[in-house]
Amino acid sequence: MDEVLEVMNDIQFNHEQTAHCESGVISNIFRHYGLHISEPMAFGIGAGIFFGHLPFVKVNGVPGTTYRVVPGAIFKRVCKRLGVKIESQTFSSPEKGMEALDRVLEAGRPVGLLSSVYYLPYFPPAYRFHFNAHNLVAFGKDGDNYRISDPIMETVTQIDAKSLAEARFAKGFPAPRGKMYYPVQVPEKVSLEQPIRDGIKQACSDMLNIPLPMFGVKGMRFLAKRLKHYPEKVGDRKAVLYLGNIIRMQEEIGTGGAGFRFMYAAFLQEAAGVLKREELSELSAELTSIGDTWRNFAFNAGRVCKSRSVNNVSYAELSEMLMQCAAEEEVLFRKLSKVKL
Amino acid sequence: MKKEEVPQDGNNMHDGTFKQLFYATDNAGQYVPVTSVGWEPENVAMQQAWEEINERVEKAKAQVLAGEISPVVYYMEKTIMDLPLLASYVGKFQWQVKRHMKPAVFNKLSDSMLRKYAAAFKVSVQELKNIK
Repeated sequence: MDEVLEVMNDIQFNHEQTAHCESGVISNIFRHYGLHISEPMAFGIGAGIFFGHLPFVKVNGVPGTTYRVVPGAIFKRVCKRLGVKIESQTFSSPEKGMEALDRVLEAGRPVGLLSSVYYLPYFPPAYRFHFNAHNLVAFGKDGDNYRISDPIMETVTQIDAKSLAEARFAKGFPAPRGKMYYPVQVPEKVSLEQPIRDGIKQACSDMLNIPLPMFGVKGMRFLAKRLKHYPEKVGDRKAVLYLGNIIRMQEEIGTGGAGFRFMYAAFLQEAAGVLKREELSELSAELTSIGDTWRNFAFNAGRVCKSRSVNNVSYAELSEMLMQCAAEEEVLFRKLSKVKL
Repeated sequence: MKKEEVPQDGNNMHDGTFKQLFYATDNAGQYVPVTSVGWEPENVAMQQAWEEINERVEKAKAQVLAGEISPVVYYMEKTIMDLPLLASYVGKFQWQVKRHMKPAVFNKLSDSMLRKYAAAFKVSVQELKNIK
């Protein structure tokens, strides 16, 4: 706490729009302390890429699909690997949580906050579902309003105290409980080599080695098999909703396209430069083309949704496409795990 | 995905006012950030998710007006909650909230319980009791 005397309205926060909220907050908040890490680099070091299909975890009656690791994991890993010390707190009441936020802002520190998008008035209304794991940065106060740098928005914005308290203390799973976090010690110089190696190793392991059928490359095949039978199992109406949810998890807000595959390809490209390993550039190009396969899947799935077709053949075709994605990703991650870094 | 191929299908539910960021490759194969106002398949999926919600709200409304269920169901659908989420907002077990969905039980709820529901749905107690 060396700059305690800074007035909080004077925090100069350099906002940059990113694709994803968690890797975006990392990139934006670290830059404030002079540590320049691009969003894809944060995503890669944090081993954010993943796949999981959880038919038993239903959100509004629709089975869950994810293209990334569990919320919070990217942040935790990046801090650990780069040696950034983070102060992180949750609170038992909104009053305590808001007061603690004010104190940290007064000390001149931008603060990362966990929140529910349902209560963020500046969000486009169509996106406001009860999603509780959104990250944003508060960096000052303007009267009663808080100044916000939300990584997925183009510019900085403001939010009233009441809405922010509701967003931070939303109920449900996972409950954010007012979680706030900010770096207390950021190394002046970091070497990216080892963190990149660790991140790649972990991503390969997550994609290939989890001994459960729902996760990694296996998870894609698991979903492909289930998707094929959606129309006969749950009826056409629900089948379309299930399919729509997969598209949304893959392409809606915050993945950078193709369910984070393009972002990870961007990371591999950057990593190739840092580690001076040409193989990583080649794998980046391969992953880009796998991302295009995913986009093609979403495009065709969108057409099935639109026609609400009663045609089972289309589901079989989509299932085939997913199998293709799984096959290609398995090859890619096996190659990646064998690159001598 | 090439930079030029990043879709700009603006006929979505936020009228193209909100741009999100994508990663795409330029002519030299280098990744660059590109913003997009939307993509058709995502727009379709989003539209359908909301149509589903709106249908459920309308159905609940008709059932409330017919006296089959209590307004708790209508407002739960309207605020896109499900039973576990609503139960945690009002601090009750799910089976208790389920009981409150019966008109006969709802009509006997205490004022403090009604206020809890009203707060969870962000409406007044009046609005909670008399849906429009």
